[in-house]
Amino acid sequence: MLRTIGRRVATAIPSLIGVIIVTFLLTRVLPGDTASFFAGPAATPQAIAEVRKQLGLDRSLPEQFASYVVNLAKGDLGNSLTTGRPVVTEIAARLPASAELTLLGLLLSLIIAVPLGIVAAVRQGSWIDHTCRIVATAGVSLPVFFTGLIFVYVFYFLLGWSPAPLGRLDVFNSPPPTYTGFYLIDALIVRDFETFRAALSQIALPTITLAVFSLAPIARITRASMLAILAAEFIRTARASGLKSSTIIMTYAFRNAMLPVITTLGMVFSFLLGANVLVEKVFAWPGIGSYAVEALIASDFAPVQGFVLTMAILYVLINLCIDLLYSAIDPRVKVEG
Amino acid sequence: MDRRDFLKSTAATALATGIAAPAVWSPAKAQSRQETLLVVSESGPNNIDIHGVGTNVPGYEVSWNCYDRLISHEMKTGPNGVPYYDRDKFKPELAEDMNVGDMSATFKLRKGAKFQDGTPVTAKDVKWSFDRAVTVGGFPTFQMKAGSLEKPEQFVVVDDQTIRVDFLRKDKLTIPDLAVIVPCVMNSELVKKHATAADPWGLEYTKLNTAGSGAYKVTRWTPGTEVVLDRNEEWACGPLPKVKRVIWRMVPSSGNRRALLERGDADISYDLPNRDFAEMKSNAKLNIVSIPYSNGIQYIGMNVNKPPFNNPVVRQAIAYALPYQKIMDAVMFGLAKPMFGAPAGTATKVEWPQAHQYNTDIAKAKQLLSSAGYPNGFETTLSFDLGFAVVNEPLCILVQESLAQIGVRVTLNKIPGANWRTELNKKEMPLFTNVFSGWLDYPEYFFFWCYDGQNSVFNTMGYQSKEMDGYIAGARTAAAAGDTPDYDKNVKSFVDLAFKDIPRVPLFQPYVNIAMQKNIEGYQYWFHRRLDYRTFVKG
Repeated sequence: MLRTIGRRVATAIPSLIGVIIVTFLLTRVLPGDTASFFAGPAATPQAIAEVRKQLGLDRSLPEQFASYVVNLAKGDLGNSLTTGRPVVTEIAARLPASAELTLLGLLLSLIIAVPLGIVAAVRQGSWIDHTCRIVATAGVSLPVFFTGLIFVYVFYFLLGWSPAPLGRLDVFNSPPPTYTGFYLIDALIVRDFETFRAALSQIALPTITLAVFSLAPIARITRASMLAILAAEFIRTARASGLKSSTIIMTYAFRNAMLPVITTLGMVFSFLLGANVLVEKVFAWPGIGSYAVEALIASDFAPVQGFVLTMAILYVLINLCIDLLYSAIDPRVKVEG
Repeated sequence: MDRRDFLKSTAATALATGIAAPAVWSPAKAQSRQETLLVVSESGPNNIDIHGVGTNVPGYEVSWNCYDRLISHEMKTGPNGVPYYDRDKFKPELAEDMNVGDMSATFKLRKGAKFQDGTPVTAKDVKWSFDRAVTVGGFPTFQMKAGSLEKPEQFVVVDDQTIRVDFLRKDKLTIPDLAVIVPCVMNSELVKKHATAADPWGLEYTKLNTAGSGAYKVTRWTPGTEVVLDRNEEWACGPLPKVKRVIWRMVPSSGNRRALLERGDADISYDLPNRDFAEMKSNAKLNIVSIPYSNGIQYIGMNVNKPPFNNPVVRQAIAYALPYQKIMDAVMFGLAKPMFGAPAGTATKVEWPQAHQYNTDIAKAKQLLSSAGYPNGFETTLSFDLGFAVVNEPLCILVQESLAQIGVRVTLNKIPGANWRTELNKKEMPLFTNVFSGWLDYPEYFFFWCYDGQNSVFNTMGYQSKEMDGYIAGARTAAAAGDTPDYDKNVKSFVDLAFKDIPRVPLFQPYVNIAMQKNIEGYQYWFHRRLDYRTFVKG
């Protein structure tokens, strides 16, 4: 097992090197001149040249790349110009915020989508099946920023049920001590239920927004793969043998139908982690997506490179986990490097 | 617990958390709410030291409130009765007394003024801070230069409590330039402790920490999320501010900033779209203050070095074909001061900005265009900065429609914010819209940047005219010598020439819009257009 993991991680190294080179080059090709952006509104060409020199942008590309790689080896991703902090600290502070939101959103959508997909497949053509179709279509076709804004408007502005969309905590709560970076878990660890409640009420709306969006692929894939399995011969045999319907569906059909669901789940997760920029923007969520986008707008190279690298590493890890899950679910699947 | 119980209990929890209506402010916190100001805006600082590399405009706001300068401005009553900084009257801030001589100014420091760590402020600190501003390069050095403050030798420590600033040359802008944000006084010993060989001015330290004697200090700062400033109880340079703590949160969605204001959760916000301000003004739930940018104008610029805009008659034709009033109504929602359509024969005033006499007159524009040799018009591109797309995009579409009526076929060219300044610097765009506003509110300052033949970044049109340069230099000399009649003559002449040659067509003077709760008082307009927390009062 450990050997398998080791081999898998080793194969990921060339792709990571590729990612490093490509992001470095891409950020350099982007339009926009960092130096003139940061020289301020009243800069002379001379002032811009000074800023360029201070930022080390006057050196040749290979030189810049060499110093980037050397720093990277030391675990230094450089400094962000927009926030003025080291990229490593920023990502470490922001990744948990994004991950907490994404995981909770995914969990919520799993709880709703998987049962919905199963029932829709079992009772094909029934009202539940139609509900599943409608929910999935609506979820996919409503853009997240739109659902987010509607939720804020209804639940905060009109009804006042939800707290102000001001990020992870309201202005007077201070964050719990950091263990995992997940406020909900950290608050529980120190048994600070007040903070837990505050964090939960802040995270509720963005979670629902994300869940609505990610419901669709999971529900549809669950339904489709259940349908395929339910039509298979071994299910017919099981039915003919007089097994209980619940045993057939859960033990035989669902376990076999889970593989494509897990694959989708991995994709949805990594997609959401980077792509929930809009949700982060709407709810002022201090996540990694909005960080990267802001950096991109300011042609701030270091955070963009750091972001892409982090996402690449996460992607490798998630795929590894999924492959390992495969072999746990279906012993026939062999995980190879 | 069996499954049924579990479902019941989770449902109950969900219901409880949902209905508990968790207000932002729980009653126990009402007291601190009373003494706290919650500001929401789109973006926050990237550096809290204005001397830093690439410090953004929100960073200026922190610097303004956390550091003291030797002198500051008095207040006067501005438009709509809003307190407005008085360009011509200075008041001591960190200095107790100011004595301006012929070629130098001497400042006595306030007794008892202390930095936030308790060390007394001395003339040595002032000199170190000014030396730093003229040496670090980039924006601060450049801003100091605008007031002829260029060399460390100009700043002389007379004794512990006295500092003298020697003038390089007579310049009317030297004293005003000591009251802008840049010449702030820092705790030199504290910063030096954190300086390194690679960073002799300790920029890395002040980037993240405040080291001043000002009325507020930054106690928590999460970039992109929030800045928390606490009052400095020992502040000696003015009456103790009423607001104990300022929490400044970044809320990227403008819709949410408005919702926070209207629900009464946030106290102040300033960067909302004009439409929102216009609507909030009419429903009167909040206190909205709108003040024209001092010395600022949005304009349509033309590249005078390339055909067809090298022909002044073509430029005049364009000036007659712009949809001025439509822009005011449909883009600005009335929240701007018109800079067009002064009645014919209006005498030129000795002030800037002032309205020109062009108006939308399609027939006249057509006639001018034919006389310039373009009876069938021409094709061109109109460029704008996407960073301010809320205003620029509809504005440019209106211009496009209007110019089509005289046969000028316009293609829109949207340029991302990060790239805008680079494009301006190239001076190749034929037609574009942009805003310029100067901190120092003097006509010759504006013209020096925007029309002078030295061709700065802001002379976006590449305009060169010996006559113009003569008037601008004349006004500067006259101002330094205190020769009012000569000054007036020169100012009127350069304004007239700018309107006759019309390399850029002023459209309007934008407004600074601030939305506040009704119980918030004490807003003051400053040249830098950011908030001064020191005067706010929460009723």
